[in-house]
Amino acid sequence: MADAQPILPPMVISAERENSRPLVQVLHSWMVTVDHKKLGLMYFMYGIVFLVIGGIEASIMRAQLAVANNHLVSPETFNRLFTMHGTTMIFFAAMPIVFGFANYLMPLMIGARDMAFPRLNAWSFWMSALGGLILYFSFIGGFGLYGAGSAPDVGWFAYAPLTAPAFSVGHSTDYWIIGILVSGFGSIGTALNVLTTIICMRCPGMTPKRMPLFAWMNGLMAFLVLVALGPLTAAQIMLLIDRYLGGHFFDTQAGGSAVIWMHFFWIFGHPEVYILVMPAFAIISEVIPVFSRKPIFGYSIMVAATLAIGFISLGVWAHHMFTIGMTSYANAFFVASTAAIAVPTGIKIFNWLGTMWGGKIRYTVAMMFCVGFLCQFLIAGLTGIMLSAAPFDWQLGNSYFVVAHFHYVILGGIVMAVFAGVYYWYPKVTGKLLNETLGKWHFWLFVIGFHLTFDFMHIPGLMGMPRRIYTYDASRGWEMWNVIVSIGVVFQALGILFWVINLVWTHYKGADAGPDPWDAWTLEWHTTSPPPEYNFAELPVIRSRRPLWDLKHPEDPDWKYE
Amino acid sequence: MSICAVIFLVVFSLIVYAAVKYRKRPSDDDCEPPQIYGSNQVELAWTVIPILIVVVLFLASARVIHAVEDAKFPANAIEVTATGHQFWWEFEYPKYGFVTANELHVPVSPIGTSLPTHIMLLSADTDHSFWVPQLAGKTDLIPNRRNEMWVEPHEVGTYVGQCAQYCGTQHAKMLLTVVVQSQDDFDHWVQDQKSPAVVSAQVAEGRKVFETNACMSCHTIAGTPANGRFGPDLTHLMSRGTIAAGAATNTKENLRLWVQSPDAIKPGCLMPAMQLNDKDVDVLVDYLMSLH
Repeated sequence: MADAQPILPPMVISAERENSRPLVQVLHSWMVTVDHKKLGLMYFMYGIVFLVIGGIEASIMRAQLAVANNHLVSPETFNRLFTMHGTTMIFFAAMPIVFGFANYLMPLMIGARDMAFPRLNAWSFWMSALGGLILYFSFIGGFGLYGAGSAPDVGWFAYAPLTAPAFSVGHSTDYWIIGILVSGFGSIGTALNVLTTIICMRCPGMTPKRMPLFAWMNGLMAFLVLVALGPLTAAQIMLLIDRYLGGHFFDTQAGGSAVIWMHFFWIFGHPEVYILVMPAFAIISEVIPVFSRKPIFGYSIMVAATLAIGFISLGVWAHHMFTIGMTSYANAFFVASTAAIAVPTGIKIFNWLGTMWGGKIRYTVAMMFCVGFLCQFLIAGLTGIMLSAAPFDWQLGNSYFVVAHFHYVILGGIVMAVFAGVYYWYPKVTGKLLNETLGKWHFWLFVIGFHLTFDFMHIPGLMGMPRRIYTYDASRGWEMWNVIVSIGVVFQALGILFWVINLVWTHYKGADAGPDPWDAWTLEWHTTSPPPEYNFAELPVIRSRRPLWDLKHPEDPDWKYE
Repeated sequence: MSICAVIFLVVFSLIVYAAVKYRKRPSDDDCEPPQIYGSNQVELAWTVIPILIVVVLFLASARVIHAVEDAKFPANAIEVTATGHQFWWEFEYPKYGFVTANELHVPVSPIGTSLPTHIMLLSADTDHSFWVPQLAGKTDLIPNRRNEMWVEPHEVGTYVGQCAQYCGTQHAKMLLTVVVQSQDDFDHWVQDQKSPAVVSAQVAEGRKVFETNACMSCHTIAGTPANGRFGPDLTHLMSRGTIAAGAATNTKENLRLWVQSPDAIKPGCLMPAMQLNDKDVDVLVDYLMSLH
C-alpha cells in the first residue's frame, strides 16, 4: 500500500431531490427500502415508539405503587402492565434500538456499502415490526373482538404453568407467544446479517485487528443472538404445542416440568442482557476516545474481554434460578461463573477509565452521558456481584433490590449509552448538531430522576418488598420509599421530553454539522452527513485503527505503532 | 457487601478524578494529548486483582451454600409440609396429623440447642415462593417438584412474609405469617389444632347453611362432613389472626364481608361470592366465629 492513501471525497446526492417528492412516494420509498441506513433509522424510530409506550406503562405502575393500598388500577390490569412493560422494553424497544445502531453505523465504520444481505435486512425489520404489532393487537383481540381485549398477564418471563390453558384462558398468552416468535425470526435474520457483513464486507486494509471496537462488540452481540434466540424460539413452539396440540412439555398437571421452561427461558434470558449491553459498550468505546482525544486504551485487551464476556455469558443463566432448589453443587457453579463475568466487565471499565486518563476531555452532552454511564454501570455491576452470591440472592432475588439492580444496568447503562450515541451520531445521520443546552437539561433531569427512582428502589427491596405486587399494606413500612421512587419518574419523563424537543427543534433549526463535527477518527466521519445511499463513492483503504487520524496527522500516523 | 462498597469507593473516585482532572481547559492549546495505546502491566494488574476478589467471594458463598443446603436435621426437628395454592398457604404437620392455613407456628430454638423446623415445599397449582425475610432466604414451591428449606428462629415473635414468585392475579395478597412460640405455647397450640371442631347447638343453623351450600366442597371442618381441600381448613379458623391469607384481620365484620363479597377484600381471588341472604350470612358468620 502506498503512503497517504487518497480517500476520495464522497459523492454528493442532493437532499432536495429526496424532499421534493410527494409524501406517498417518500413513504413508499421507506416501505420498500433495502438501504441499511434507512432500515437502521426505522429500527431506531420503531424502538423509540415502543420505548415511550413501555415508559407510560411503567409510569402507571409507579403511580399505582406510590401509596399503600392504592386503587388506581385493578390487580388484573397491573399484572398486564408489568408483563407488557417487560416484554415491550426488551423485545420491542431495546433490541430494535441496538439493531438500529448496528445497522446504520457498522457498515459505515468498516467501510462497506451496505449489509451483506440487504433484502434479508428489510425482511428482518418487518418481521420484528410485525411482532410488536401482534403483541399490542392483544389489547383489542385477546379475547376475540368483543371489546373485551386483554393484554397477556403472565409476566415477561411467562413461567409455566401459569401459561398453561388451565391458568391462562383466552388468547392473550398466544399473542405474547406469537409476537415474540415472529420478532425472534427477525432478530435471527439480523444477527446472521451483521455477522456476515463483519466477516465478508470490510474495506481493503481493515484486518480484524484494525476493526473499530464498535464492530467487534456488535459482532459478538450478533453471535449471542444467534445462539440465544434459538432456545427461546424452540420453547415458544413447545408452549404452542402444549396449548393447542395437547403437548405436556410444561403442563405440570400432566407431569410436565415447570423447571424446564425456566431453563429454556433463561438460557436465552441471560445472554439477552449481554445482547443489549454489548452495543452499549460499543457506543461507549467509540465516544470516550474521541472526546478524550486519545485512542482506546488496551484495544486488544478490550477485544479479548469482549470475547470472554460472550463465552462466559452463555454459562450463567441459572443464577436466575437460585431459589428453585437446585443442588448445592449446581448453585456453587453458577455463583462461580456469574462472579467470573465481573472480571472482563471490570477490565472494560478500567480501560475506558484508562482512555480518559491523561486526555483532554471535551464535555459535550455525548461525553457527559458516557461519564454518567461509567458511574452508574459501576454500581450496577457491583450490585450484580452481590446478587451473584446465591445466599444473598435467596434473600433478595425477586425483590425490589433486583428490580433496582437490572434497571441500573438497562436504564443507567444501556439507555445512557444510547443517549450518548444519539448525541454523537445524530449529526452524521441528519447533518445537524443537536442543541447542547437542551441536551444538558435532558442529561441532568434524566440523571436526577434516575437516581431518585433507582437508588431508593434498593431500600424497599432490602426491607422485604417482593416484585410484581400491585399493592401493599401501609403497615409494611415501604410507603415512604415508594413515594420517592415514583417522584423520580416525573424527572425522567421531563428529561425525555427535553430530548424529544431537542430532536424536533434540531430537525428544523439545528446548526449545520458538516461531515466531521467531532474531529473523529473512524470511517463514518469520512463521508457526507447524511451519507449518500452508497456510503462511499470509492471504497476507502485503511492502514490503522484510526484512518482519519492518519489523514489528519500525516506526521504521526497510527500505523507506525501497529 | 462491604467488599463491594470498597470497590465502589475506589473506582468511583478514580472516575471522578479522571473526569475532573483531564477535562479540557480554556487555556489549553489545540494540540492533541499524548497518544497512549495501552500498557500490559496495568492490564495485568486490573485483571489479576479482580480475579483474586472473585475467588474469595466464591469460596465464601460456596461455604454458606453448603451450610444451608446440606444441613443435617436432628431427630426432634419439627416437620411441616407447605403447599402453595392460588393465593393462600396450606401447612400440614404430618407428625401431629393436622392441617392449618396461612399462619405457620414453630417453636423457638433455644440458644445452645438446635430445634429447626424442616419445611417441605409443594405447589397445588402455579409457582410460588416461601419468603419470610427475617427468618430465611426464599425457596420456590413448584408443581411436580419437592423442595425443602428450614428455619431455626431464636426469638419469639410474629414474622410476616409473602409469596415471592408471581403466581397469578392476587400474588400481592398472598401473605404469610410465622408465629414463633415458646415450647409450652407451641405444644398447647398443637393440642388445640389436633382436636376436631367443637360445634355448639347454638350455631346449628349456621352449620346447616355451611353444609347445604358450596362452602363444604372447598373447606374442611374436622369433625363435620365438610372435607373439601380446595380452600383453607377452617376447623380452628378463630385461632388465626387474619383471613384471606393476611389480606384482612379476622374480625366479625371482615368475615361477613369476605363471605358476601370476597372481591371487596381480594379482587381476583378464587373464592366465589355465595349470594346468601342477610339472615343466612349472619348465622353462617356466627358459626364460623364459634370455630376456635
